[in-house]
Amino acid sequence: MPRLWLFLPLLGFAALAVLLFRGLSLDPTDIPSALVDQPMPAFESTLLGSGQRVTQEEFTGKPRLLNVWGTWCPTCIAEHPYLMDLAASGVIISGLNYKDEDELALSWLARLGDPYDMVIKDPEGDIGLNLGVYGAPETYVIDASGIIRYRHVGEVNSRVWNGALGQTYRALAAP
Amino acid sequence: MRVFLACLLLWSSNAALGVVETYEFSDPNYELRYHQLVDELRCPKCQNQTISDSDAPIAKDLRRRLYEELEAGASDQEVVEGMVLRYGEFVRYKPAKTGVTLWLWLAPWFFLALGLIAWGVMARRKTATERPLSTRAHEISALLEESK
Repeated sequence: MPRLWLFLPLLGFAALAVLLFRGLSLDPTDIPSALVDQPMPAFESTLLGSGQRVTQEEFTGKPRLLNVWGTWCPTCIAEHPYLMDLAASGVIISGLNYKDEDELALSWLARLGDPYDMVIKDPEGDIGLNLGVYGAPETYVIDASGIIRYRHVGEVNSRVWNGALGQTYRALAAP
Repeated sequence: MRVFLACLLLWSSNAALGVVETYEFSDPNYELRYHQLVDELRCPKCQNQTISDSDAPIAKDLRRRLYEELEAGASDQEVVEGMVLRYGEFVRYKPAKTGVTLWLWLAPWFFLALGLIAWGVMARRKTATERPLSTRAHEISALLEESK
């Protein structure tokens, strides 16, 4: 019986190997959002184009996506056509123009199309900071009472939309 | 040798890079706490750097926010908790001593205790099996007697 104890280091090694092997397939940039199931942080800003005043209260009524973008962000260009498709299929997408310049943003929307029901200006990145944004593009699912339900960091494409991001939205949008 | 020296100089000059902006503090105490806190908060984008190490725009924004909050009179705890609310436990380089992160603090002590216990058990077992030398000397002389 005491001889079985000799296998203890081997077992320890096996456990460690499994743990580390699992670590290889984890994405270290996938930080869980601290704001999931929290209300949209309070803010006050203006809309791109119209200059109309806007606050977090705008995010109530219907579930929607909040897409954080900027003209300086290459991945935002990559995901733009897919956002256009989503908007065309009836998904409500609001934009947060993160650390960008108005003229650049307006000409980008004129050139590539505008999938957003409104674009909130965030030139200094303050709203983004309160949201916990650390790199554009990021896309949030916000429910009808203004509660953040999901956060996706990176490009939105059909794979992502068929995954957790789209599932969360569809569950909220279905009556 | 010259190449080596050049490399060494290039490498050592790295330390001078990093944070570029400076803030004017209304109170030297704020400045002291600012420099403490920039080394305790982790940059969410460039993950193994503090916000003082990092040149990423987000680290710059966090430093600016930290400066503003300190100037507004927030305590260290309020500042850090605010950051945790936005970015999660991840932003702390000094994890809280509660919840899941408690394991991080306890694990080293747990393994140290485990090692000490194992060491103690082994040491005891060894002394238990070792017989005094005098007994062995008797046995040897008895064997010698027999073989005669």
